[in-house]
Amino acid sequence: MPHDHHDHDHGALSPSGHPYRKDDDIVLSYWQMMEISVRELLIEKGHITAAQIHNQINTMDARSPANGAKVVARAWSDPEFKSALLTDAGQASRDMGFDIGPMHLIAVENTILVHNVVVCTLCSCYPRNLLGLPPDWYKSRAYRSRTVIEPRKVLSEFGVEIAQDVQVRVHDSTADMRYIVLPAQPKETMGLSADELAYWVTRDSMIGVGLPQAPK
Amino acid sequence: MKVRVQNHWPPGHIRTPAYLRGKTGEIEREIGLFNNPEQNAYRLPPQQRRLVRVRFTMAEIWGDAAETPDDVIEAEIYAHWLEPA
Repeated sequence: MPHDHHDHDHGALSPSGHPYRKDDDIVLSYWQMMEISVRELLIEKGHITAAQIHNQINTMDARSPANGAKVVARAWSDPEFKSALLTDAGQASRDMGFDIGPMHLIAVENTILVHNVVVCTLCSCYPRNLLGLPPDWYKSRAYRSRTVIEPRKVLSEFGVEIAQDVQVRVHDSTADMRYIVLPAQPKETMGLSADELAYWVTRDSMIGVGLPQAPK
Repeated sequence: MKVRVQNHWPPGHIRTPAYLRGKTGEIEREIGLFNNPEQNAYRLPPQQRRLVRVRFTMAEIWGDAAETPDDVIEAEIYAHWLEPA
């Protein structure tokens, strides 16, 4: 282990140029204590095993925006699938082979007239069973409150300018549904295969705070 | 169909955001029946409630302070929070 000694200067940077992170020697919060207690009780009483919990964490960590990108790319290249996606995005994703559990998913389509953006003002609802864990900013109070008050300003801070003749449609995930934006297909990508198209679909374009981008 | 979100302020686990209470919108689509979270959250036997997507204009929600009056917000509201408008 490169950092198992404590004689380095704490103000300095690691050899890779990052500041050293402080050890997490803090008192557990009430809810951290609650989570550990409930988890240990469930294991002790034989309801669930530590391996099952770890397996579930691995399953969630393995989900990524790449799954959503494949769904979007297929919708761009297969009109029948696109129509199925807009009718029932959960079922369409399952039919593609994604294990999204019991999630109810709605796909909302960007067009020349409409730009969609997704937020959860009450907490942090996100289609994590398809896209994986949400970015930290998605859970911030600033994003959650400002997106319903001044979505165009928020989008411009993400580098997305929406023309005045395009309607911005904000989707507040208040209850049981989760949302994925179906971005408009860039003109330059017409004729590409679904596999090639998937590289253009960014996580942010599926939340609505970004647009598809040429792969680097 | 036009509906108004009831302007109620009960305690508990409420999925109707404060900024939409008392506001009028248009039903965008019916989603189906779901367990009422106001009971579900407390492990009480939940009633099934219709869940509805309602579309509100920024002008309706924020009045003169709206960033762009014709932009819209869509949210899921349980039918027992809605009244005809």
